[in-house]
Amino acid sequence: MLFEDNQIQEIKKRIAQNKLRDYLFWILGLFSTLIGFVVFFTLMIDLFIDGFTRLGWPFLISYPSRFPEKAGILSAWVGTTLVMIVTTATAVPFGIASGIYLEEYGKKNWLTQMIEINMNNLAGVPSIIYGLLALGLFVYFLKLGESILTGGLTLGLLILPMVVTSTRESIKSIPNSIREASYALGATKWQTIKDHVLPYSMGGILTGVIIGLSRAIGETAPIITVGALTFIAFLPSPPITITFPFISFKWLFDPFTVMPIQMFNWISRPQKEFHLNAAAAGIILLLMTLIMNGIAIYLRYKLRKKIKW
Amino acid sequence: MGRIKERAIEAILLLCALSSVFVTLGIVFILFYEAFGFFKEISLWEFLTGTQWTPLFAQPKFGILPLVCGTLLVTGIAVLVSLPIGLIVAVYLSEYAPYNVREIAKPILELLAAIPTVVYGYFALLFLTPILQKFIPNLSGFNALSPGIIIGIMIIPYVSSVSEDSMRAVPMHIREGSYATGATKFQTAFRVIIPSAFSGIAASFIIGISRAIGETMVVAIAAGMMPNLTLNPLEPVQTLTAYIVGVSIGDVPHGTIEYKTIFAAGVTLFLMTLFLNILGFWFKRKIREVY
Repeated sequence: MLFEDNQIQEIKKRIAQNKLRDYLFWILGLFSTLIGFVVFFTLMIDLFIDGFTRLGWPFLISYPSRFPEKAGILSAWVGTTLVMIVTTATAVPFGIASGIYLEEYGKKNWLTQMIEINMNNLAGVPSIIYGLLALGLFVYFLKLGESILTGGLTLGLLILPMVVTSTRESIKSIPNSIREASYALGATKWQTIKDHVLPYSMGGILTGVIIGLSRAIGETAPIITVGALTFIAFLPSPPITITFPFISFKWLFDPFTVMPIQMFNWISRPQKEFHLNAAAAGIILLLMTLIMNGIAIYLRYKLRKKIKW
Repeated sequence: MGRIKERAIEAILLLCALSSVFVTLGIVFILFYEAFGFFKEISLWEFLTGTQWTPLFAQPKFGILPLVCGTLLVTGIAVLVSLPIGLIVAVYLSEYAPYNVREIAKPILELLAAIPTVVYGYFALLFLTPILQKFIPNLSGFNALSPGIIIGIMIIPYVSSVSEDSMRAVPMHIREGSYATGATKFQTAFRVIIPSAFSGIAASFIIGISRAIGETMVVAIAAGMMPNLTLNPLEPVQTLTAYIVGVSIGDVPHGTIEYKTIFAAGVTLFLMTLFLNILGFWFKRKIREVY
């Protein structure tokens, strides 16, 4: 006999103990993961219960008001849309170009290394610091004022690292054989990138851009810092005019407000009725970000299934 | 001709890539330039050791300690919530969960980080605080506890996803070696996988802490906007970020001392997160060296 009876008993007991511990941890893990879900759904339900009565067409087409039942988010969603246009127009070209440079051109030297470290650092800078940069740089140094342009540029800077990272990741996943095939046909480097690398990685880049924009839509702090107003009862000047040259960029320099700021403003009022408005604005804001994230998740899933190099 | 075009394109792309460096330089320059103006009027000593922060009063006091203390208090609560839960979730998803569960759980967890922070602020102030008040009767309407908990939940995905990635990067044969000696999954996870993935887990913790320090809207809404040198989570506090927001909501004339204080608070915040980011970057680098 290798073991005495009581030793076998001891070993069996220990195995049972270990198995129990394993099982308990499995349950703990499941519950911890569920906490996320529970909070997420509680938050949604809470918002819906509070804000449901305010939702409706009048809420979307009314300006903010002293009377909570009459107040709406017209200026806020128009502001958000216009700011997002500026953000996309700046962050996307710059982000994609940087990503291409770092993946396709950049040699392993101190310059690219510095850009890389710097990009990592920027992604970790709190968003409100971007607001301070924008306040000093755009508002007072470049004298762009507390305008849609300033707001859009600020958020553009904020999501730049995200666009760069997603561009790099998706360019990286394209195998070298594709590039070599293009070179073999006599294409130059830029032709290879423009006609092959970029089109094939567009899906991944798009995913990153959408996620970046969904973050930007919900960003409040930097926009408050650059001085967006909390009470705006007018719309920016229209981008299309009836007189020549029919397109106007005056709206870029108009004061504005955005959805999250409108919501913040309503939360900070003492009256309970305004909190209902805040909840309604929150529902719309949440739906916007969820839809965008949903599209991104779907795109990522689709791409992973479709492309097999 | 073609050669020149290729060169020109490369130069343009390089300029775009450098734009991020200019952004960083811009941040550093503007923050320090404006903060320098502040320190010409207020001594650094008073700023760092003063225990009162009342820059908008008739007799202003400029001690940053209450704001730093508020920031650390809220961050501390958030860390107590997010690090254990985040780590458990990471272990569960990496070692226990079947493929399907992981595929569904990860995107939903990441949605937690995608919810606009102002919505979390609403939730902290008007849902969580009233509930907490039922259990803790002397909890004030604005407090550090509720936003701390909410921020903690918000950063779970930051902690869990980076931790999980680094645990899954531990090669299968190391796991199998542990199983072969008769270890359970629990023993393998805590005695083999976590020590091997230590750098990644440390990096994820640091990213989480850095996020919590920089979080703004939840505290601006639910913590009360009151500079308060206390470690009592039941009292209202103000963080560095919330102070900047609080001042910015009002109209701050350019060049006044109020205007400069937000940059002084900004520099403090920037240096705190920069330190953590560098530390996190260092840990992340180490991940790649292990195997």
